[in-house]
Amino acid sequence: MLPIKTKVLKAEKENEKVVRLVLDLQLSGAQPGQFVMVWVPGVDEKPISIAENKPTLEICVANAGPVSEKISQLKAGDEIFIRGPLGHGFEQKGKKWLMVGGGYGFGPLRFLARVGKEDGKSVEAILGARTKTLLMGKAICETCFVTNDGSEGLTGTSVDELEARLSAKGAKYDMVFSCGPERMMQAVAQACEKHGVQSQLLVERYMKCGFGICGHCAMGKWLACVDGPAIYGNEALKNPEFGKEHQDRCGCKKPI
Amino acid sequence: MVKLEVTVAKVKMRNPFVLASGVRGNYAGLLIRAAQEGAGAVTSKSCSIEPRPGHPNPTALIFGNTVMNAVGLSNPGVAEEAEQLKKAVKEAGVPVIASVFGKSADEFVQAAKALEVAKPAMLELNISCPNVSREGRMFSADPAATEEIVRAVKKAVKLPVSAKLSPNVTDIAEIAVAAKKGGADAITAINTLSGMWIDAFAKKPYLANRQGGVSGPAIKPVALRCIWQIRQAVDLPIIGGGGITSGTDAAEMLMAGATAVSIGSAVCYRKNAFAEIKDELIAFMESEGYAKVSDIKLE
Repeated sequence: MLPIKTKVLKAEKENEKVVRLVLDLQLSGAQPGQFVMVWVPGVDEKPISIAENKPTLEICVANAGPVSEKISQLKAGDEIFIRGPLGHGFEQKGKKWLMVGGGYGFGPLRFLARVGKEDGKSVEAILGARTKTLLMGKAICETCFVTNDGSEGLTGTSVDELEARLSAKGAKYDMVFSCGPERMMQAVAQACEKHGVQSQLLVERYMKCGFGICGHCAMGKWLACVDGPAIYGNEALKNPEFGKEHQDRCGCKKPI
Repeated sequence: MVKLEVTVAKVKMRNPFVLASGVRGNYAGLLIRAAQEGAGAVTSKSCSIEPRPGHPNPTALIFGNTVMNAVGLSNPGVAEEAEQLKKAVKEAGVPVIASVFGKSADEFVQAAKALEVAKPAMLELNISCPNVSREGRMFSADPAATEEIVRAVKKAVKLPVSAKLSPNVTDIAEIAVAAKKGGADAITAINTLSGMWIDAFAKKPYLANRQGGVSGPAIKPVALRCIWQIRQAVDLPIIGGGGITSGTDAAEMLMAGATAVSIGSAVCYRKNAFAEIKDELIAFMESEGYAKVSDIKLE
């Protein structure tokens, strides 16, 4: 698959750290949970989750490292190259969905929520962040905001609110989808397992090739780029590296 | 029932398919997975004494019959790699081949000794990587350097040693002869072909390293020719590969002179590469009347 040249139509600030880039390209067959390799020639290439594909492709980029900083600084009219869609997205099973997002993990979940609603699913969301300036604004389904410091919405974590909802009588969710920091997703998967609800998570690892040859993005025997990035919570919890360690650029194991 | 077992430098394999170095072999989990998927032996990604980050992205591309990469030998260094290898040796259930590289004979020896403690079945010397100390030339472009490195490692370790050769040379047979003189127990070939991918719309090379290695089905004819030339020149066992993605490809590689067949890019072309290619080779052997793998020869 070759990279396709496109340009930025719009660059919108989602919050203090995250920029949403609307691109002049629609990717055929792109599913929520899949990702693209975003190449800025002369800078670098980075895997980024697809945040929307209608009417055109959107990606949410957090200014979190030297490469994403450059990508997040792109402006309308700037050229960018996209290779994708890549990976295995979320399986859209069940009728009653709950999204649990942490920080900029809400991008792919919002895409999934839109697709689910159009498909007649019931979709609710919990979005957590440390503080209100790190919440992602645009909600497209019934969304409960949670901040650790109470600066907006409920005070606590998104997992507290998930736990409350799973414990509530009558709240029978068919599937919980989660994307965010790995320790948060681990807690989401554990809470879901405790309450007998299926969950799917979006796992992030340092990625090089994006198509399953280099092996760099492994989590145990599982490769984030081709077996994932979407994974069922029960499968992730059985993986000895989930929530524990990942690889740096050399491939050295580092604690999460 | 056909017999798939092969022996390479006294290392017995349940089938001739060897996971090639640099392909999904970075960590114990992936080596064990390849074994579970049906590999007869697995080779770890090349490892150096110190950790290396490799090149920035983009590092790889797949398009049609071509795979290109310039990962730049990223690896966690021998100390961490030895721990991964120990786990793989314990759990893979098939021979584990440890690949090492260095910038000098001394570095090869140090890396080889550091990995020997993990008790792999064999060491593979990646002498076909760019070599900074010789102004970008590979050791395997030079018969004398090839012989020197193989000899130095052979003297330092007790394991069987295979030299991995590059097709990017005038005469690969000459290099194979040098490896044998140095004491190599086997030859692994071919490493990737040197190449370049330019994106016309970006007006730039695609790979951050500008140059990279070409693999995939596109290079099979080059690989067959190289293995055939090596086979004419030396009587060592050969782990032959380059663009092998089917059972008949594997049969062709065996006919060219390979003892075992390495599988690399095929993992991107086939859903379950090892099992599928193995089944196809069995079907080929049955239809063509071969009882064992070593019977598969050019007529």
